[in-house]
Amino acid sequence: MEVKEAGLVGEIYRISGPLVVAEGLKARMYDLCKVGEEGLMGEVVGLVGEKVLIQVYEDTEGVKPGDKVENTGMPLSVELGPGLIRNIYDGVQRPLPVLKDVSGDFIGRGIEAPGLDRKAKWEFKPLVKKGDKVKPGEIIGTVQETDVVEQKILVPPNVKESVIAEIYEGSFTVEDTIAVLDDGTELKLYHKWPVRIPRPYVEKLPPVVPLTTGQRILDTFFPVAKGGTAAIPGPFGSGKTVTQHQLAKWSDAQIVVYIGCGERGNEMTEVLEEFPELEDPRTGKPLMERTVLVANTSNMPVAAREASVYTGITIAEYFRDMGYDVAIQADSTSRWAEAMREISGRLEEMPGEEGYPAYLASRLAEFYERAGRVKTLSGNVGSVTVVGAVSPPGGDFSEPVTQNTLRIVKVFWALDAKLAARRHFPAINWLQSYSLYVDTLKDWFAENVSEEWNELRRWAMEVLQEEASLQEIVQLVGSDALPESQRLLLEVARIIREVYLVQYAYHPVDTYCSVEKQYDMLKAIKQINDWFFKALEAGKTIEEITGIEGLEEFARSKLEEDYKTAMNAALEKIRKNLLGE
Amino acid sequence: MKEYKTITQVAGPLVFVEKTEPVSYGELVTLTLPDGSTRRGQVLDTSKDTVVVQVFEGTRGIDTTSTVRFTGDIVKLNCSKDMLGRILSGSGEPIDGGPKIVPEERRPIVGAAINPYARQYPREFIQTGISAIDGMNTLVRGQKLPIFSGSGLPHNDIALQVARQAKVLGEAEEFAVIFAAMGITYEEAYQFMNEFERTGALERAVVFLNLANDPAIERLLTPRMALTAAEFLAYEYDLHILVILTDMTNYCEALREISAAREEVPGRRGYPGYMYTDLATIYERAGRIRGRKGTITQMPILTMPGDDITHPIPDLTGYITEGQIVLSRELHAKGIYPPINVLPSLSRLMKEGIGEGYTRDDHPQWNDQMYAAYAEGVDLRGLVAIVGEEALSERDRLFLKFADEFERRFVQQGRYEDRDIEQTLDLGWELLSMLPERELTKIERKLIEKYHPKYRKGQAKAEEAAEEAS
Repeated sequence: MEVKEAGLVGEIYRISGPLVVAEGLKARMYDLCKVGEEGLMGEVVGLVGEKVLIQVYEDTEGVKPGDKVENTGMPLSVELGPGLIRNIYDGVQRPLPVLKDVSGDFIGRGIEAPGLDRKAKWEFKPLVKKGDKVKPGEIIGTVQETDVVEQKILVPPNVKESVIAEIYEGSFTVEDTIAVLDDGTELKLYHKWPVRIPRPYVEKLPPVVPLTTGQRILDTFFPVAKGGTAAIPGPFGSGKTVTQHQLAKWSDAQIVVYIGCGERGNEMTEVLEEFPELEDPRTGKPLMERTVLVANTSNMPVAAREASVYTGITIAEYFRDMGYDVAIQADSTSRWAEAMREISGRLEEMPGEEGYPAYLASRLAEFYERAGRVKTLSGNVGSVTVVGAVSPPGGDFSEPVTQNTLRIVKVFWALDAKLAARRHFPAINWLQSYSLYVDTLKDWFAENVSEEWNELRRWAMEVLQEEASLQEIVQLVGSDALPESQRLLLEVARIIREVYLVQYAYHPVDTYCSVEKQYDMLKAIKQINDWFFKALEAGKTIEEITGIEGLEEFARSKLEEDYKTAMNAALEKIRKNLLGE
Repeated sequence: MKEYKTITQVAGPLVFVEKTEPVSYGELVTLTLPDGSTRRGQVLDTSKDTVVVQVFEGTRGIDTTSTVRFTGDIVKLNCSKDMLGRILSGSGEPIDGGPKIVPEERRPIVGAAINPYARQYPREFIQTGISAIDGMNTLVRGQKLPIFSGSGLPHNDIALQVARQAKVLGEAEEFAVIFAAMGITYEEAYQFMNEFERTGALERAVVFLNLANDPAIERLLTPRMALTAAEFLAYEYDLHILVILTDMTNYCEALREISAAREEVPGRRGYPGYMYTDLATIYERAGRIRGRKGTITQMPILTMPGDDITHPIPDLTGYITEGQIVLSRELHAKGIYPPINVLPSLSRLMKEGIGEGYTRDDHPQWNDQMYAAYAEGVDLRGLVAIVGEEALSERDRLFLKFADEFERRFVQQGRYEDRDIEQTLDLGWELLSMLPERELTKIERKLIEKYHPKYRKGQAKAEEAAEEAS
């Protein structure tokens, strides 16, 4: 790194784990520094008198007082341009494959690796011509990055409005000049953006379009809107990560940014091995073609973990600015909060609740607030949807991270260890979960799926609620004590639970369920319900009705490629057996 | 060599030294006491004014006239293939009376993080011969699967049984066990050593012993020593390593002690806020790496204080490890060995390591069905306690019986009983056949017809008949 100004080099005074204190250094908050002889990456997190507090993103063993510290004079930034898709980064946007080439299977220290490949060439097609006036954030051309993603090249939002003096077409690396503005500014295929500053947009738009996920319980009962925010809290082993993977795989976003923040190494490997193999149901191409991964596993340096969610959301905002719908999966925000706590502890800040820093709530709010469906500077509509996993200690939802998250997010998918133990997956508790988007998305479902959708949804939820209160009675006195109509309702609720809510993430067909299929299934269950009660009125006994042949076939029909034929055959069988010809 | 006599303060396991030349973070320190004895320590915090040293062997007897020598080196382990068969102290020195280990390589004990991009997803099934593990919570090579136990439960027996019986089917590859004891009693250590020697397992084992009366701070080194040895043997000698760490609870106590001595802001129950990160740097050293033959599988053992699974130690562990095997006091009281409660137990990596080509084609669905049936049976026990067994339907009574048989016949097995996976699965089918066939909703028709005892008997008869006829 080139040092331009005097005062940008200082000396280390103290080292305590990831926290380094420097003196004689001119620095602003959040400037990026190179620490020690190896040039470990760090960020300024505090200024006390003459001393500068730096959190270092790498292991500080072997660094000693007196070693030099250089300030790059730049805040921690990410490189935005062609080459992002299909890549896997650490928390500070160093590509992991490049790190492997440099330092082998284990991550070494002090390695500088730019986020974007400097050698790769991209075919640039201009959309504006010489003499055109361009505004910040405007699209000036395109690069076909993968088969699926066309990257739009933007005038960086921090460049002034100007007129194009020169623009070139052809094959360029990210550092080549592709256009020159009247004021002399050279534009490249990429630009840098500081991760802690949200990228600008014109205005936020109401969340009226759902982000469909192919997961029945989510789309039907607790939908999230494009540009919305959702949290998945749950104790370990309740299926958070599987749910996050399912969302990354099947949600109908054009770009998915998956942030593995302080989680297991093998889980990131699973994503890396699996996504190139899996086919996107909408494009038929590998899912990796629309995915960016940020992986800072639990044993990688804690300060980089703190940065990883910002790296991820800045990349997401960049694609949003092109007019795309982007989904972010952050797994897990609790690890992020803990990283904040760890660094705050080292800074000897006054702790808030459970040792977390007092600014926990505002940091969480700032992060989630970067979600949204917006009108971009270029006049398009794009969105960033944030889904954050939360790992509450001991599964206790009253802890600070869960509570502060719930105050912000609009959708709450509560994972339940009891359901998981029973192998009811996804183990999302339908009584505790909620979505505040249900009303705003009503019209979309009525228009795009069916007029009946909202009514069916309401009916099914009512049955489940009713079941819960009846179960309390059953627990005390046994189901025989209930009137027949209520026992029948319990049976219908069982079908909703076991057939509709249970969805096999690892079954090739059931892993993804289109909204149309969800509607067909829900309608069929309502149909069975109506037949049940008709049969009861006609004098059949509960045992006759619940033991009716065809139910098993119906339950299995969702697993068939051609579910419609199988389902209709099962329905016909049930109808015949229940009500006769 | 930099030597100082400038100790200004001693607090718990920490020694504060002033007016030093620059000392690097993490540097290894030797202290010489007035009586000539030496202690080892490590730099925890360093600045131009004060250096804070944590002393591994305790600070008893240290005074301000003691000499502090900064070695300019970091903590390293002497690694060699000759470590196999040896017993070392918690800080890596031989204590079996044998010769010193001639190092082929000296490795820093703080391992670098494996690049997630270099990892290979674990898929190879390890047969432990224990049904409740193989069938219900399968272990695979490269996994970290802890045992969550309680005081007085036979977790050591289970660990020994796993160490004794673990194998990968159809392979005769070199396999070694690394055993790291942290703060366990002499008796427990004796049990392990005795068993290792008796079965000849010591030849293919490296033992690190930090006993209950050894310095607590040394425990912070022990698991890292063990894993450094594991990495050396796995990646230099292509061995498949099983690392048993017991007891992680003692490790965490030592961590809390240091944190308290440094007057750090405490997290939950006084454990430091960085405990998650610290534990992760231990557990995440398990795994497989693309292009390398050796693997590291970890089985840490921890005793849950007060049998509380939400206690910070099991809680944070569970968030890092790939599942957990939970022992139950209730099953233990019923006389069931191993007292594994499968309901809260989990193996996150099993889905890729079981089924056709790994164990048997019916295993995944069989597993779902066994879980669902046992969970239902256990739920019904609660109901029985209120309304009595008479009030249950015929169907419910079958599930109740299933749960009992599941514990008595499936979970229960001998300490030296080595069940292969076929036996385990067939035993499960035998239990499942107690239930009406239409209740087996989680298993496909064709698998039921292939493995359900009812059809298999028919099959066997048909085969016999065919044989006789020929």
